[in-house]
Amino acid sequence: MHLQSAYMPNYFAIDDILATQERTPCKFIVNVPTLGVKLNPSAEGDDIQVGTTLELPMWLVQQLGRGRQPVVSVDLPQMYKEAYREVLKADPRAVNLHKFGLYFYELGSYAKEFDNQREVNDILIHTFKGRFRKIMDLADNISSDSTAQDSLDVLERRLYTDGHRSRSKLNAWLVESGVPLEAANMVINHRKRKRVDIEDI
Amino acid sequence: MFCDKAHTLIKELDRNRDILPPYNNDLVNEIGKEITTLIEQNQIDAQTNETRNSEGVSLMPTIRVRHAAIHRNLRCILAYHYNRLNSLRTMRWEFGSILPVEIKVNLSTAESNWFAKYSSTLAKYMRSLGEDGGVNLAVDMKPPKALYIEVRCMVDYGRFELSDGSVLLLKKNSRHYLPRCECEELIRQGVFQHIVN
Repeated sequence: MHLQSAYMPNYFAIDDILATQERTPCKFIVNVPTLGVKLNPSAEGDDIQVGTTLELPMWLVQQLGRGRQPVVSVDLPQMYKEAYREVLKADPRAVNLHKFGLYFYELGSYAKEFDNQREVNDILIHTFKGRFRKIMDLADNISSDSTAQDSLDVLERRLYTDGHRSRSKLNAWLVESGVPLEAANMVINHRKRKRVDIEDI
Repeated sequence: MFCDKAHTLIKELDRNRDILPPYNNDLVNEIGKEITTLIEQNQIDAQTNETRNSEGVSLMPTIRVRHAAIHRNLRCILAYHYNRLNSLRTMRWEFGSILPVEIKVNLSTAESNWFAKYSSTLAKYMRSLGEDGGVNLAVDMKPPKALYIEVRCMVDYGRFELSDGSVLLLKKNSRHYLPRCECEELIRQGVFQHIVN
């Protein structure tokens, strides 16, 4: 199933919804009555007091951390902090971005709004620039190495698979230039699943 | 936590990128209930907030949190349905107007109705094109190299009538040399396999 991809972050994009579900630490700067139990399972009272620190999902933080009367003051998620930024600055290619976070770039593009020094902004671009050549290399040259994409985050993985697919299409065309008629993608997938079902019985 | 169910729903769609998972009626209903509860609570709090404004305790932050949750729930539910419909539309082009039974059972009633409607609209449009009999837009997806192609039959399909009236018996693993336009649709549906060399 082809889902709407996120790189025009649109309202219906599955990837964008999942990325905004990631949590970031923040500190409450006003009292929030009656929501204690809902937002903080380990809360004692009904209210959330000033100064409570909680990890909240990005979609909530976006609404509460901005505007004229912010409810929370937002801290950056771990992976955009100083220590991690230094690692990325040194050599972005050596990093396993998948372990940093599944949605490194997407979450970063939201987190950067809460970073006053604009360092997150720079590090995102720096990381992508540094790693792009490696991704292109992978997509062009590796035929079927499943470990190759282990260190890529979701955006990079999509670039890799798309690049890889068009590369092999081009190769096939260069070799025999005939385009064989094929069964539709969904039909193939459907049949694969059916075969498994039969074996199970 | 708010919106956990909505998150589950979206994750379910994300996990099944290449197929259409069964329509999750229970979860959709529960999320609907969650939204209604949130709206009701917000209305109550908005009223009490106005009356006891003088005491200094503002319920405004609470209302804002709930409001964000309502919007998030809405977004998830809409995205769920939108993406399912999108993939259903692709299916009309890939499977043709009749879906396999295994896929049909995964659809909700509304989705089946939508599919039927989309199918008939598309058929009507294709009939209206051109001068005689319309144009089938679902064929000729790739540029043809030759008028006739060689195909292998992948399933026991049964009798198949060509447009000139002759009838073929399609058995599994039989090979045929047929006009390209006759068999393109069956190749798309996986009945035939195109033999290139």
